[in-house]
Amino acid sequence: MSETYPTTWRRPPQIIRSARWRYAVQLGIAIYLALALGTIEVDWGRVADGLARGQRFAAGFLQPDFVSRWADISRGLIESLTMTLTSTVVGVLISIPVGIGAAANLVPAPVYFVCRGIIAVSRALQEVIIAIFLVAMFGFGPFAGFLTLSFATIGFLAKLLADDIEEIEPGQVEAVRATGASWTQLVNYAVQPQVMPRLIGLSLYRLDINFRESAVIGIVGAGGIGATLNTAIDRYEYDSAGAILLLIIGIVMIAEYGSSYLRKFLQ
Amino acid sequence: MLHLDGLSKTYATGEAALSDVTLTVPQGQIMGLIGPSGAGKSTLIRCINRLVEPSSGKVILGDVDLARLGKAELRRQRRRIGMIFQEYALVERLTVMENVLSGRLGYVPFWRSLLRKYPARDIQTAYRLLDRVGLMNRADSRADALSGGQRQRVGIARALAQEPELLLVDEPTASLDPKTSRQIMRLITEICAERGLPVIVNIHDVPLAQQFMQRIVGLRAGRIVFDGAPADLTEAALTEIYGAEDWNAMRQGDSEQAEAEADAARRLEALAK
Amino acid sequence: MTAHDYPEVWQRRTPRARLVQWMGWLCLVALFVWCWQVMTANTIWAFVTDAPRQAADIGSRMWPLEWGYVPELLLPLWDTINIATLGTIGGVAMAFPIAFLAARNTTPSAMILRPIALFIIVASRSINSLIWALLLVAIIGPGLLAGIVAIALRSIGFVGKLLYEAIEETDARQVEAVEATGASGLQVLSYGIIPQIMPAFWGISVFRWDINIRESTILGLVGAGGIGLKLNASINTLSWDEVAVILLLILGTVVVSEWVSAKLRRAII
Repeated sequence: MSETYPTTWRRPPQIIRSARWRYAVQLGIAIYLALALGTIEVDWGRVADGLARGQRFAAGFLQPDFVSRWADISRGLIESLTMTLTSTVVGVLISIPVGIGAAANLVPAPVYFVCRGIIAVSRALQEVIIAIFLVAMFGFGPFAGFLTLSFATIGFLAKLLADDIEEIEPGQVEAVRATGASWTQLVNYAVQPQVMPRLIGLSLYRLDINFRESAVIGIVGAGGIGATLNTAIDRYEYDSAGAILLLIIGIVMIAEYGSSYLRKFLQ
Repeated sequence: MLHLDGLSKTYATGEAALSDVTLTVPQGQIMGLIGPSGAGKSTLIRCINRLVEPSSGKVILGDVDLARLGKAELRRQRRRIGMIFQEYALVERLTVMENVLSGRLGYVPFWRSLLRKYPARDIQTAYRLLDRVGLMNRADSRADALSGGQRQRVGIARALAQEPELLLVDEPTASLDPKTSRQIMRLITEICAERGLPVIVNIHDVPLAQQFMQRIVGLRAGRIVFDGAPADLTEAALTEIYGAEDWNAMRQGDSEQAEAEADAARRLEALAK
Repeated sequence: MTAHDYPEVWQRRTPRARLVQWMGWLCLVALFVWCWQVMTANTIWAFVTDAPRQAADIGSRMWPLEWGYVPELLLPLWDTINIATLGTIGGVAMAFPIAFLAARNTTPSAMILRPIALFIIVASRSINSLIWALLLVAIIGPGLLAGIVAIALRSIGFVGKLLYEAIEETDARQVEAVEATGASGLQVLSYGIIPQIMPAFWGISVFRWDINIRESTILGLVGAGGIGLKLNASINTLSWDEVAVILLLILGTVVVSEWVSAKLRRAII
């Protein structure tokens, strides 16, 4: 063959094309990692001690003790479960009007801004931080937890609901509006059928999330299984802690499969 | 040379896709496989390189029975069989060059392929193939930036990069317009003629098959019902293959097609000399 | 009267379906009432009615904000960002192989390894990072390391689940084509599958980093380092003016991280 072809080939850079920038970014990442890793102060003696404890925890996880603290565990579980259900129901009921109010295609601007404001506040704050405040106001126990989860549900559900309503087909809304329907009739006929299946699906999903969160907010005093777990770990009762964690994992799995089954059944 | 002996495939659903197919493809032959959809064309082609596991029968390439090989040995033998796919099946997010070099995967150790450090000879071959299919200047483009015809050219280059002893081609023109289809078919047949490479082309377009193939095998419900020269593909034979389907409609092309056919016929004659 | 006898009642559903539906709602209401009673059995209502006064009290103590506290918070904030970033890197690194074990089309053993990988994913997803932190603080002691490991462990499930779904959704034809060249198993992964999941991989990682920034701000509550330690200290001393400053700082960080992650994701896709 008369023509000769190159014998080397290098993959052209895909994301950052300028070589100088590429080196700068790589250097930046390396410097950051060095600095960040430098800030970790590890007390290796403590970690070595911890390993033994870690082994005990792993053993507790493999041989969980459901029995000796069963009274505490069952009380915590009941609190968590009741808290989850009531807060989801109340949260959904409140998030429907808030969600409709936060849909720009249905309401006047002032209502829209108020409702979007509520959603923004609820989403910006972590459940645990809300729980700290509500515990300070309402005292320890599941009632503060219930309020926390309800409030968090509003931010989650109302936002998705509002986004959904804003995306519904304008054609159908027009058609119903053209029949001379009032605003409530409009919501009932044009909006509700389009967003209802998703609302049910999202509510079930939120139920699942609320249960998981209920296990956390107990750590700051808002009742539920988290409080029991916190106590068990404080007492170094790793076998009881293992039992609680397994229960949480089990319930979350049941909730996940159950809700996906229920969603299929309802559609 | 490829020899299939009593090849059968029954899927787990109980559907018999191939029954007792016996077929020999000699060196340098360009063979078309036609038949209605669901006749088992795609299964037959995939049974040869065992992308589909045959239920029984032999697949003999040279003197190796591919149907009996273990995993590692199968991988080694797959290098000998190039495959060109319907809808190109390029790795869309990799560059054209990487796609062509992926034809060498069976020959290089993992670390070389991971770091894209292919031997100089492989890179030279890849460039030569890209030049041959007319994409020399697109080596660094990403595959998803190319047009359909260009992508299929990359697919051809990838298959040839394996330095195969047999080429399997699965509906190469299914997603291309008539003009590009003809260009691609011409490229495939020319390259195979240059290299004396036997080819099996799975093709649903009967006129295209008659125009480019040296031999045509008709498949119906997993059995061979026709095997002969394109000229022997009479109306009766086509009815045998396609049933009552109005295959005549398929023959009626536009003027461009007729023109292109004439052009292709001239080229084929030139090649035959 | 009309000539035809059209029915005068129209119902969207059959009577039976309506009955089932009403029973469903009734059950839900009954369940809600029962749960409410169980839950509030021990609630001290005096505290609840007192809540508005408490709220007003806390609100008044927040003001004026203790801005002088900010410089002291910068180092813990830096720690928090490091917890989130290093934790994300660690979590993603562990989730990557697990996702390949869990995906139906790449798992080497559907009978043993796949269920194990799926269990790791579910376990990691069910347990919040704060609980992981609680455990790790008890095991390896308080500090950044516990926080990083907690964030990493929590991220495995999230990243692993989304990634294995992305692997299962890859285009099988591209994979088949790479297989047909005679490539080995690892080569098929690196040429056929990994290029296809790269955008999803970066998108998921950045998304998780954004979530981890939020979560790492509170890990200090259980002693796992970062700005949460300061939050805990201020809450314990009831210095609500400091708490308010910390919360504002956290909010600012979250907003910035959300902006960064949106930018990064857009750059990737």
